[in-house]
Amino acid sequence: MDYEMMCGIEIHQQLDTKKLFCSCDTVLCDEGFGAHYRKLRPTTSEMGEIDRAALAQHQRHMGFRYQCCHGASCLVDLDEEPPHDVNKEAMDASLVFSAMLNADITDEIQFMRKIVVDGSNTSGFQRTALVSTGGEVEVNGRRISILSVCLEEDAARKIETKGNEVTYRLDRLGFPLIEVATGPDMRTPEEVMEVAMRLGSLLRATKKVKRGIGTIREDLNISIPGGARIEIKGVQELKMLPDFVRNEVNRQKMLLEVKGILGKRGVKPVVAETVDATDVFRDCPSKVVTTAIKSRGVVLAVKLPGFAGTMNGDSGRLRLGAEMAQRARTHGVKGIFHSDELPNYGIDIEYVDALKEFLGMSSPEDAFVICAAPEATAREALVAAVERANEALEGIPEETRDPLPDGTTKYSRPLPGAARMYPETDVPPTLVTEEKVAEIRASMPEFPEEIEKRLVEQYGINAQQAHQMLRESNYELFEKLAGTYRALSSAAATTLTNTYSELEREGITAADIPDAAMIETFGMLSHNKFAKEALPDIIREVFKGSSPQAAVSKLGLEAVEEDEAAKIVASIVREREEFVRSRGMEAVGPLMGPVMAALRGKIDGKAANEILAKEISKLIG
Amino acid sequence: MSYSESLSKLLASADASEGCKLAVTSKGRTYVGTMMPHHDFSAPDILVLKLKSGYNIGVRMYGDSEVHVTERPSGRKKGAPPGEPKKGMKKLVLIGTGGTIASYVDYRTGAVQPALSTSEMVNAVPELRDIANIEARVLFSIFSENMNVEHWQTLATAVSEEIDAGADGIIIPHGTDTMGYTAAALSFMLGDVPKPVVLVGAQRSSDRPSSDATGNLMASARFCVDGGRAGVFVVMHDTHGDDSFAVHMGTRVRKMHTSRRDAFRSINAPPVAHIDAEGKIEFSGPGRAVSEGKCVARTGMEKKCVLLQSYPGMDPEIFTQVLLASKGVVIAGSGLGHVNENMIPAIKKAVDSGTVVIITSQCLGGTTNLNVYNTGRDMLSAGAVPVGDMLPETAYVKLMWAIANSADGNGAVEVMKAPLAGETGDRRVA
Repeated sequence: MDYEMMCGIEIHQQLDTKKLFCSCDTVLCDEGFGAHYRKLRPTTSEMGEIDRAALAQHQRHMGFRYQCCHGASCLVDLDEEPPHDVNKEAMDASLVFSAMLNADITDEIQFMRKIVVDGSNTSGFQRTALVSTGGEVEVNGRRISILSVCLEEDAARKIETKGNEVTYRLDRLGFPLIEVATGPDMRTPEEVMEVAMRLGSLLRATKKVKRGIGTIREDLNISIPGGARIEIKGVQELKMLPDFVRNEVNRQKMLLEVKGILGKRGVKPVVAETVDATDVFRDCPSKVVTTAIKSRGVVLAVKLPGFAGTMNGDSGRLRLGAEMAQRARTHGVKGIFHSDELPNYGIDIEYVDALKEFLGMSSPEDAFVICAAPEATAREALVAAVERANEALEGIPEETRDPLPDGTTKYSRPLPGAARMYPETDVPPTLVTEEKVAEIRASMPEFPEEIEKRLVEQYGINAQQAHQMLRESNYELFEKLAGTYRALSSAAATTLTNTYSELEREGITAADIPDAAMIETFGMLSHNKFAKEALPDIIREVFKGSSPQAAVSKLGLEAVEEDEAAKIVASIVREREEFVRSRGMEAVGPLMGPVMAALRGKIDGKAANEILAKEISKLIG
Repeated sequence: MSYSESLSKLLASADASEGCKLAVTSKGRTYVGTMMPHHDFSAPDILVLKLKSGYNIGVRMYGDSEVHVTERPSGRKKGAPPGEPKKGMKKLVLIGTGGTIASYVDYRTGAVQPALSTSEMVNAVPELRDIANIEARVLFSIFSENMNVEHWQTLATAVSEEIDAGADGIIIPHGTDTMGYTAAALSFMLGDVPKPVVLVGAQRSSDRPSSDATGNLMASARFCVDGGRAGVFVVMHDTHGDDSFAVHMGTRVRKMHTSRRDAFRSINAPPVAHIDAEGKIEFSGPGRAVSEGKCVARTGMEKKCVLLQSYPGMDPEIFTQVLLASKGVVIAGSGLGHVNENMIPAIKKAVDSGTVVIITSQCLGGTTNLNVYNTGRDMLSAGAVPVGDMLPETAYVKLMWAIANSADGNGAVEVMKAPLAGETGDRRVA
């Protein structure tokens, strides 16, 4: 194999239109009202029957409550009214995007019902349609295949989970989403990000997408040779994509190494027979243990012959234990302890030794795992942990994993099987005529590189700046600023590139500042209300919540009139009269320092320089 | 829309039918997928395929497009037969009439199919068997908007047969559009029916995970088993949620919303009972208890009856003939029951010729009263008969029944005035 990894991505991008199947606004609400209770039920199978066991489990476990939102949810969202016709603007955006990828557009687009019974869709299914197939995108000279572009509805937002009830808010349900899936064509973590950025900028080029955090989500499908397909679902931070890929590749390599070690030792699958070891820990001061025993729980243990050193070994590099703990946690326990991490957590060596003796452990390669919790829960958790340990003998289990803020992931659930879909008969199919396709191809939006070129020509900024603005996707704001205040084109470009990058390093996400505030800021600048040197300070203040006006006065940056500035400069010159007289006009350079210290932000550097020269020449005659 | 002639020919020559796996080549593109039913609104030259991914797409077919069948479908397996009846449980009989409540989706083709066999019907909601021994009988398989008088008659006869054969309760899955009419018809035809007869529907079809069919069926079964009430009822959702159900009297219930789960409402009376998610029943007042004994179905109906709604500018020229040609007329008047005064001579002419003219109100809420205004008094003088707070639809069904089961028009008027199945009452409280 000539590659280290394979990765495909799936991007879900919210569109900035009304909802896909009703006329509600696509806005998120701080509050919801009502708590309508619903159940969802697995529908009959192809055989017309229902698996009773699955049904029983389902009914025992799940109930959902739905909160409505003023303006952002209606009877359609509550599954109390049939869907309206598909939103035309959203459909067109998906067609345009497909054309940008040079994909084959489906002749007649049919909405499907994709069964989802976790409550995130009131109907129990997500409406989704295959808009096109077989596109491609070129990134850094490599062609990445596009398997599909779908148009679908976003799910309701989970607000809280309490016992067997999950509460959802309906505001986000029905937001139109474009889902684009690439082939497993990416070979490096950096390439994954580059492809995601390219697809993101193409999506934005349609001018129909929402912006900001949560409006675009990426799923990653990653495997390495000898590994398995792992899906990481719902990454929101684009810049973290390489970290997730790198960490996942390392995790899979580590698991292959663990498999190698276990194979060499000839380790056999462990039978998950739990032993009650509560008596061993009766006096153990560990908080987890005492809490469990006090609330009538138990400490259960399972012996894992041959697993020592793989659960947490080689200075914490081998981490099968973490995988086991993640599985265990899905069964309602806080965690498990395994022998590689003990003694620790208040469990001293005497208890570890006592347990080893209790379990009859003889070989140094033997390991154990324990769980302190109510008996049934502890048993379920340990069975899951042991199952995960056994899977390590085979290699890497296919999984869906959740992204964590630090760039790692945790186990979420097994990879779902093929989705069960059947036609959404309430929504008529959308016929895409050949004329329509021709019309779309004839009026394609500007591609990112075309926009770059145009920005350079139209506003006289440099190519690097244009490129960066496209990448950061703030060129639209730039065009608003530079379009209104043409003379400030260069200042606007510098602000949106260098200044924004600097601020970001300080932890200020200037991109979150509303466009209106930036436009107001530049409006003030164009009226010389402050000097452009003050822009970073003002943006900092505006980011904190001040209005641009308030920021200027707060920072004492009100621009001074030229004659007042001249007065200030004259007094500086006079204070250094001797020096000025000795150096003549060459004193301008050295005196710019004190002049700017007094006038920074109130007048721009060039003007200050001119005033200074004037005052000096006045003095020396 | 059906297939174009050329596409029909192409499919026929390839011997391709729904459910077949096809390899399709059209305009240089090749698709492999399962042939699906043509959507009613699909263009005639579109062939719908289900791809391996599960998505359906419509492929435009041209004269030179190619179709090959690569695999033929295997037959659909039948559901398991119901198990033996359990001792000590009551026997409920499901009488299928059609409607989406009794259908399932064929995942192979995606089409929603009516449940045709008894086992299919019961298998759709297997939990019913935890409440009672269920027998099922499919009477017809139609959408409720296509119900007519003969269907009501057949249904009433079937119900009485099943009760006489030992059923402890009857559940009738029914399309919701005209469920109120059927409930009223059964109420009058079955008279003092000794057992509960429950009509039940679904506002979301049974093939959806969010369907209200299961909840409504379960609530119906619980009401039949634990309610101890005899009569004809409608059981549906009481709110948006799946945690409360309402039992309505068959003569008082009306579909008041096109799509909500709680579309059915009792008008001018509280619902008979509420049922919570656990099956606990709370009655709003006393009622007739279940009893042993036979069930008599009096199914005679006079079909020459009409239901009219009065409106401003109602033209007597158009309606005089209608009134004269009918044995019975129900007018949903405005307000307290009024019609445009221009219509009063037409009413008089009809009554004089032997037509029974019954007045209800299109307000639905509240009772008719023709004593308050001149128009009303003139209507009474013309021979119109107001029937209190009876629903227009209930009055219409009752009038058909009353005329068929009375010696003459006067007899029918007396029947119309007398409450027989809770269809009207003297007290309406705030």
